[in-house]
Amino acid sequence: MTREEEIMQGLIKKFPAMEGKIRVRRARRLTAETDQAGFEEIFAYAQKMLGFTSLCTITGLDEGQTLGLIYHITRTDGIVLNLKFSVPKDKPVIKSMIKYFPISDIYEREIADLLGVQVEGLPEGNRYPLPEDWPRDEYPLRKDWKPKSVFTSTARSNAAGEGVKDA
Amino acid sequence: MPPEKGLKMRKVVIPIGPQHPALKEPESFNVTLSGERIMAFSARLGYNHRGIEKACEERTYVQDVYLVERICGICSHTHSTSFTQAVEELAALDVPKRALYIRVIIGELERIHSHLLWLGIAGHEVGFDTLLMYSWRDREVVMDILAELTGNRVNYGINVIGGVKRDLEGHHIKDISKAVDTLEERTKYYIDIATKETTLIQRLSGVGKLPHEDALSLGATGPTARASNVARDIRQDDPYAVYSELGFRIVTDNHNDVYGRTLVRLGELMETYRLIRAAVNNLPEGPIAVKAPRKIPEGEVFSRYEAPRGENVHYIKSNGTDKPERVKVRAPTLANVQTVARMLEDEQLADLPIVIAAIDPCFSCTDRMITVKDPDDSNPRGIIKWDDIRSYSIGLYRSRGVDFSLLNKKLAEKLKC
Repeated sequence: MTREEEIMQGLIKKFPAMEGKIRVRRARRLTAETDQAGFEEIFAYAQKMLGFTSLCTITGLDEGQTLGLIYHITRTDGIVLNLKFSVPKDKPVIKSMIKYFPISDIYEREIADLLGVQVEGLPEGNRYPLPEDWPRDEYPLRKDWKPKSVFTSTARSNAAGEGVKDA
Repeated sequence: MPPEKGLKMRKVVIPIGPQHPALKEPESFNVTLSGERIMAFSARLGYNHRGIEKACEERTYVQDVYLVERICGICSHTHSTSFTQAVEELAALDVPKRALYIRVIIGELERIHSHLLWLGIAGHEVGFDTLLMYSWRDREVVMDILAELTGNRVNYGINVIGGVKRDLEGHHIKDISKAVDTLEERTKYYIDIATKETTLIQRLSGVGKLPHEDALSLGATGPTARASNVARDIRQDDPYAVYSELGFRIVTDNHNDVYGRTLVRLGELMETYRLIRAAVNNLPEGPIAVKAPRKIPEGEVFSRYEAPRGENVHYIKSNGTDKPERVKVRAPTLANVQTVARMLEDEQLADLPIVIAAIDPCFSCTDRMITVKDPDDSNPRGIIKWDDIRSYSIGLYRSRGVDFSLLNKKLAEKLKC
């Protein structure tokens, strides 16, 4: 049994609900899907027991009705586990994972800014990467967001309409 | 006059940036000081956010190769390689070996120019400007080779989906070998300086401490992590291209400070020369690219690359069309910037520039081939060549009494000894 299969079997043994939801894509690449309720337990188990000691980044996806969140965690032997769950777009609330990986702070701020995910448990701090005066409810990485809509509205509010024409 | 015993210094918060003469790129730092001691440090990033991930979704894969290459002005090849190898995996393309070797050669040459650039900046930040002058002059050797191989000093445009765009000829290989020999000699000289020059050693030692445990828990990457004895390098841990065939040795150090970061980068340069020689000597014959489909089958790929500053990752999700559904990029500086607050704890304000510079933050100092219109129009194309600009520059300085050829001769003699 390869290392990747061992990890897969280890996860299925601990979390039987993962059966059929975890796949070895190729050498050193595993993908797994879970529901939001079970995510934290699997995430913590992968870090503490399976050697996934580093969080590469968090990818946010606009999937139409839901927002997908993929946590890319890695081991020192190069194996990556892409662990995914989805949240409803009308109530996109997730928990911060800073107690497991302090670095998740900046990645969570990024998905909060760009996709409008609300992250519970993030300490006070600067937003990233959008400017402080970025309009509310404008999330650039959502599929229905187009650059024009925000350029005209910020230009109007900043210049109070003086000399600014619609693009 | 020193403050009376028991008298507490009032804390002062100093904002540095986003526009500040000491910064090469917009970033904002808030430094809380008690006297000269740094009590707290916070960074505000994002001033250079250009919306490239969103822009990628609206362009084709072919266009995106050129777009992602422009994420960085220094390690541009890391992004285009990371992106193309992900798309190739999605399309299940069998990329020719020769193309992968050429990618490695360009990637390692890029590492040389990036590390030499860093060495110069580090020298400058600690007031050792001779080191800046020397290392940036030597960097021109590798910049010339990159321009010769790809047509550009940065943003090489060598990668295409399915392989590379330009082949290496016999004379290219000779020039690469010659350049690597020269640079290796120079690097040995810098290693000599870094290990014997007491002023430099004392200036860098104990500055910007990042203990091993903190490097691990804060998720540091690249030379920043390796200087805290974290033996991680994607070229060995998760080998891409042909690194598994070339053999690779991770360079680490246990100084845990700016001095260690200097030694790691210099050590990595020596390893890079070995890798380039191995790649050039084992360069297989054959085609340099395969034809790639315009539409990429549905799927998702997580691609990793060891950039000069650390791990660079691209996540790509495809939807069966000619445009990606999602492109996510995490450049190494984002992982390293959090370690700066730890490194600056209880440090002197005067150490702040070198500590920030020591993670080698990715300031976009894009350097490009210059084409200048000749006002006399003496040549038929009306363009001054690079060599002509260089000889014009040497002549100009000589007329002002500055002659670098004497310095070059002295250095060459010293290297022979």
